[in-house]
Amino acid sequence: MKTKNLIVTTLLILLAVVWILPLYWMIVMAITPNDLLKLNSTALWPQGFTLQNFWGVLQIGLTVRWFLNSIIVTILGTALTLVLQSMAAYAFAKMRFKGRQLLFSLTLAGLMVPKEAMFIPLFLMFAQISGHNSYAALYLPRVAIPMGVFIMAQFFRGIPDSVTEAAQIDGASPLRTFFNIIMPMSIPALTSVGIFTYILTWNDFLWPLVSATRKEMFTITTGLASLQGNFAQATELGSLMARGVIAGLPLFILFLIFQKHLIRGISMSSGGKY
Amino acid sequence: MKSRSRINLPVLYFVLPFMVVYVIFQIYPLFQAVIASMFKWDLLTSSMSFIGFKNYTHMFQDPTFWSSLMNTIKFVIFSTPLLIGVGLLFALLLNGTGSKKVLFRTAYFAPYVFSVSIVTLIWGFMFNPQKGLLGEFSRMLGAEPINWLTDPTFAMPAIIIATLWWTVGFNMVLLLAGLQDIDPALYESSSLEGATWFQDLLYITLPSLRRTLELVTILQIIMSFQIFGQVYILTKGGPGGTTRVLIQYIYETGFRDHQLGYASAMAFILFLVMAMVSFFQFRLSKEEN
Repeated sequence: MKTKNLIVTTLLILLAVVWILPLYWMIVMAITPNDLLKLNSTALWPQGFTLQNFWGVLQIGLTVRWFLNSIIVTILGTALTLVLQSMAAYAFAKMRFKGRQLLFSLTLAGLMVPKEAMFIPLFLMFAQISGHNSYAALYLPRVAIPMGVFIMAQFFRGIPDSVTEAAQIDGASPLRTFFNIIMPMSIPALTSVGIFTYILTWNDFLWPLVSATRKEMFTITTGLASLQGNFAQATELGSLMARGVIAGLPLFILFLIFQKHLIRGISMSSGGKY
Repeated sequence: MKSRSRINLPVLYFVLPFMVVYVIFQIYPLFQAVIASMFKWDLLTSSMSFIGFKNYTHMFQDPTFWSSLMNTIKFVIFSTPLLIGVGLLFALLLNGTGSKKVLFRTAYFAPYVFSVSIVTLIWGFMFNPQKGLLGEFSRMLGAEPINWLTDPTFAMPAIIIATLWWTVGFNMVLLLAGLQDIDPALYESSSLEGATWFQDLLYITLPSLRRTLELVTILQIIMSFQIFGQVYILTKGGPGGTTRVLIQYIYETGFRDHQLGYASAMAFILFLVMAMVSFFQFRLSKEEN
C-alpha cells in the first residue's frame, strides 16, 4: 500500500511539473529582457529581470484596446446569457403552458448545432444589416447557445413547488417571485453557468476572427493570434510573452477563485449530474 | 374557459426574449446556410446565381475537401483515445488523494481556461527547434531537434500534443465525477477477496465508468471535429496541406476565395455529420438521467 501511494504521488508530481512547465516558461520569458532572449530563450530561471515588456504593452500597439473589447463583450454576453436563459429555463421548469414540451425540445435541439459550423450563415446575416465590427455581433450569437437553459432548467426542477406557490399566495407577481426569491436561491448554479460562459466567450476565436475584421475591434484572443505571425521570427519574444500573460491572467484568477463552480458547471453541461 | 384561451402573459415575457435571440441566431442561420449552399455566391462581386445542388456535387470532386476531411478524421482518430486515456489516468491518480487533490487538479486543468491563441503562443515556441524547450531537451539528450511544425511527419502530432495539453483537463473533470459515483462497497468486497489494483480497475472501475466513458468519447469526437484555431495559428494547415482541417477549408473558401455558397454547402454537410453524433450524445445523457 505504501509503495503504491509513493508511486501515485511521484506520478502526480511529475505530471504536474510537465503540465505547468509551459506556462511557467511563458512567465519567465515575459519578465526577461528581449535582448537576453535573443541569445537564449530556453532558460528555466530568468537570466535577467524587467517589467519593461509589460509597460511596453501599455504603450505600443492595440493590446490594451483588445483587452477592453474582450472585457466588454464577455461581460455583456455573460450577463445577457444568465438573465435571458435562466428566465426561459424557469418557464420551462416551473410554468404550465401549452406547447411547453415542444418549445423546450426545440431549444435543447440547439445544443446539437455545432458552433463552428454556423459561422458562414451568421456572417451573411450580420453582413446584410452591416452589423460586423460591433460588440453586439460578437456576443449575441453566444447568447443564443442554449447551454444555460439546459443547466438552469435542471436546477430549477429541483426547487420545490411550495416555494413558488407560497410567493404566489403572498401576491408576488411571477417576475417578482423569480427575481426576488428564485434567483437568490440559484446563485451557486448561476455562478457555474456564469463562469463557464465567461471563459467560453473570452476564448471564442473563429467567430471574432470572421466578424471583427477591423484591428480596433479584435478581441484579446484574436488580437494575440494576429501578433503571432508577425512576431514569430522576431526579436521581441519577451514583449510577446508579456501579452500572452496579460491575455491569460484575468481568466486564471477567475479560475482560481471559482474553480469549484466551473468544474460543477462542466459536469452539469454534459448532461451528467450536479 | 375564457382565461384558458388567453395568452399566458408571464410565460410570454419569460420565454420570448430568449426565444427571439435563439431563433434569430441559431435557427434562422441554419436555413440561411441551406439556401446559400444552392447559390454560386461571390463575396467580392456580391454576384449570386442559383445553381441547385452543384456546390454539393462539386464538393465530392474537390480533392482539397476530401484531404481536409481526411485530416480532420485523422486528428479525431488519433487525438480522441489519447485525450480520453490521459484524462482517465489523471482522474484515476487523483481519485482518493484527499487534500492534495485540489492542488494537482488545478495544475492539470489550468491550461483549459486559456484561449487558443495563448496555447499556440506557448506551443509555437515550445516546438521551435532553436528557441523552444523541446529542442533544448533533444539537445540535452544528444539528439537532433525535430522541426515539429514544418515537418509533414510531425506537424499533426505536434497539433495533437498541444491539444492534449490544452483540453485533457476537461475530460479529467468528467471522468473524476464518474469515478466518485462508484459505490465504495464494491471495492471493499473485492479487497476482502484479495483482488489486485489492476483487477479492481478491470472488473469494477471500468465497467462502472462505462456510461461516463461513452459520454466523454462522444463529446470529445464532437469537439475534435471542430478543431480549427490550433491548426490555423500554428501551421496554417501546412506543411503542404498535411494539417489543413475541414473548418479551416470552409473558412478559406469563404473568406480567402470569397466563395460563400460553396463554403455554406460544406458547413451544412459538417452540420449534418455533427448533428448525428450529437443526437447520439443526447440519447445517452437522457438515458443517464
